[in-house]
Amino acid sequence: MEITVRSLWALIHGMGFGALYLLACSGALVELSRFLFPGRHQATPGGERFLRIYLVAMAVIAWAAVLTGAYVIYPWYRAPAPTGTVDLAMYPQRLLQAHADTSGWHSLGMEWKEHVAWFAPISITMAAFVFIRYGGDLKNHKQLRAAVMAFVVASFLSAGAAGFFGAMINKYAPVQGGPTIHISQGESK
Amino acid sequence: MTDAAKIPNGSGAAAILAAGVGSFALAALAFSGDKSPAMKNALNWYKPTGALSGVTTGAILVWLLIWVVLELRWRKKDVAAGRAAVVALGLLGLSLLLTFPPIVDLL
Repeated sequence: MEITVRSLWALIHGMGFGALYLLACSGALVELSRFLFPGRHQATPGGERFLRIYLVAMAVIAWAAVLTGAYVIYPWYRAPAPTGTVDLAMYPQRLLQAHADTSGWHSLGMEWKEHVAWFAPISITMAAFVFIRYGGDLKNHKQLRAAVMAFVVASFLSAGAAGFFGAMINKYAPVQGGPTIHISQGESK
Repeated sequence: MTDAAKIPNGSGAAAILAAGVGSFALAALAFSGDKSPAMKNALNWYKPTGALSGVTTGAILVWLLIWVVLELRWRKKDVAAGRAAVVALGLLGLSLLLTFPPIVDLL
């Protein structure tokens, strides 16, 4: 069992930060709605502190996802293939663009993903700041809490779009190469 | 202000509006880079990542700058938070549209 360094980074970016953020989003939406809409839930100081830490952790994960995506994975994805290269497996963007059946995964998928993903960290950073600043007092600011919820939903959708296209692009043209890490030795049959 | 609402809404409105403006700055920079080769070159701040580096770093700088300015001006005030939220969400919606390639290609 082995994995290349580039594949490992793609895994850290997508399954580590990206998928974790999407999972965390559903939890944040539930907790925020329980906390912010009076009558449904009695807020406790412990619950408020937990939600503050949770939102800050989400912001850290979201920034880690976009920064590793843009500055670690994307340069490998978009690397130009040397003239005359026949096997494009190490050049995912060129590999996708070489076939009409797959070029859309770049021209629509990656072109949207590389930008839309950034709405997630911006939105969740704002949400974390507003919740830390106001906490339970947000119950008294109807417009602020509605906007925070809308931005968290938007961050979920943008991260979801980025995650979907990331997974599909990695299916058709995975980022691979670099040194190989041997994880374990299996038995051959 | 009621007794329960002790914290002025200005700080929250500043953060929300800045997030909308930052998102729109990202979309506008991405759009301009897509439409203008000169702009695309100008946004190439880190060669391995290409224009995406300038688009995202530029947008983050705009976002943080607007946030700091609004925070300093509004933090002790009650402002029209509903209007700020509507503008912010409008900008966020426009940003989602303006980064969607089929729409960019139509413009």
